[in-house]
Amino acid sequence: MADFLAFFGKYLPVLLEGTLITLKLTAIGLGLGFVIGLPVAVARVYGGKWIGGFANAYISLFRGTPALVQLFVIYFGLPDIGLTLSRLTAAYLALGLNSAAYQAEYFRGAIQAIGSGQMKAARAIGMTRIQAVRYIILPQALRLVIPAWSNEPISLLKTSAIAFLISVPDLMTEAKYVASKTYNPISSYLAAAVVYLVLSFIVNGVMSWVEKTSAIPGLKLGSTRS
Amino acid sequence: MKNTILRIENVSKIYGETEVLKDISLEVKEGDNVVLIGPSGTGKSTLLRCINQLTSINSGRIWLDDEEITAPGVNHDQVRQHIGMVFQDFLLFNHLTALDNVMVGPVRVLGMDKEKAREHAMYELKRVGLEDRAGHYPGQLSGGQKQRVAIARALAMDPRIMLFDEPTSALDPELIGEVLEVMEKLAKEGMTMVVVTHEMGFAREVADKIVFMEKGLVVEEGAPKDIFYKPKFERTREFLWKITELYGDHDDDDDDEEDED
Repeated sequence: MADFLAFFGKYLPVLLEGTLITLKLTAIGLGLGFVIGLPVAVARVYGGKWIGGFANAYISLFRGTPALVQLFVIYFGLPDIGLTLSRLTAAYLALGLNSAAYQAEYFRGAIQAIGSGQMKAARAIGMTRIQAVRYIILPQALRLVIPAWSNEPISLLKTSAIAFLISVPDLMTEAKYVASKTYNPISSYLAAAVVYLVLSFIVNGVMSWVEKTSAIPGLKLGSTRS
Repeated sequence: MKNTILRIENVSKIYGETEVLKDISLEVKEGDNVVLIGPSGTGKSTLLRCINQLTSINSGRIWLDDEEITAPGVNHDQVRQHIGMVFQDFLLFNHLTALDNVMVGPVRVLGMDKEKAREHAMYELKRVGLEDRAGHYPGQLSGGQKQRVAIARALAMDPRIMLFDEPTSALDPELIGEVLEVMEKLAKEGMTMVVVTHEMGFAREVADKIVFMEKGLVVEEGAPKDIFYKPKFERTREFLWKITELYGDHDDDDDDEEDED
């Protein structure tokens, strides 16, 4: 144990460089996933047969295939059609597109939980569907979704380790480097695991805080009817 | 001669195989309070939803003022701005305070300046007696208060006509009175209203016209005194007898006391 602590202290600076990249991958993937996932969810619920079907196909495709396959297609496959991306860009894109599909499902669940009554009431005062979604449905759905959506940053944080396989210098890559340099793979990967774990705890804490501060006064969780 | 605000001509509505509304015609004049009564599942609520185009009709025509709102190409969102609707289950926007619930229509739909909209919304909240609850969220209001905010929300759009879809059916008995009072006040102020309700006391005292519907048809319509005391059809008499027994007669003494204050 003392050995590991000494090892951990010694190589933490190296690992932290990778950690920074891992955090960037997670944050950008999450942001991209949000920006794409939210419209996909809205399209899925309100888009009707064609647009809704298209959104559904997107979700099925990206949830139904491994993130690693998606990353490889983007990084090794796209150059075949003349689109060569840097390692980091490919990783951002793969994580973002993948996360969008999962986030879209969380958002869809929340939008549907708001119920058709709120839409009906919004339409009754003359709002268009788009206004109703923008001003009435989404402000409620985005609050309601927080507990379920909280899984996504943590899940994506861990998924981001696949970037290692296209040699993005993330936490995993640095751990591997330390392992081969010190001939001590157990301590190296254990150290990486500790860093991932600490990050997960931090993300959890942040999400709980967001959930509390955004709660609607007087509204009990799970009861969405007025 | 009062202007006709709403004219419904031969409206039919079919859900799947069921004809929910059969060739309904109805006229509502300015300032009139028309009460729709009838057994559940008779199409009264469907008729209200057809009027403000939340549900499309299969045939027939509907006019608001002199505009045929069922004509092709009519913007239904714009039509709804002029038709206030109050629902059985209130449907307040849960994430907005009472004041914001009332303001959101004028601000987002009419593009009204926020300060002006706030003033206007406060005026409407006062009208329903809830100016002291402006900062409360729906989850912090009683059922009766929620419904009064819902009425204020509809009023804030300055509608030509107000539709009430069983506005007191989801309320605890002791909260019904405050909502009916607000509605009665609106009627006295000259608001044009179509009300679906089982509150026979309200129907008898406030309605200018009562329409008895059953199985998608208008069975009988007329002034309250005619419908209540000399209905033309046996079916009307039967229904009224049953419903007064079920919901109590709101003409009796303890209710009069409430009306006086």
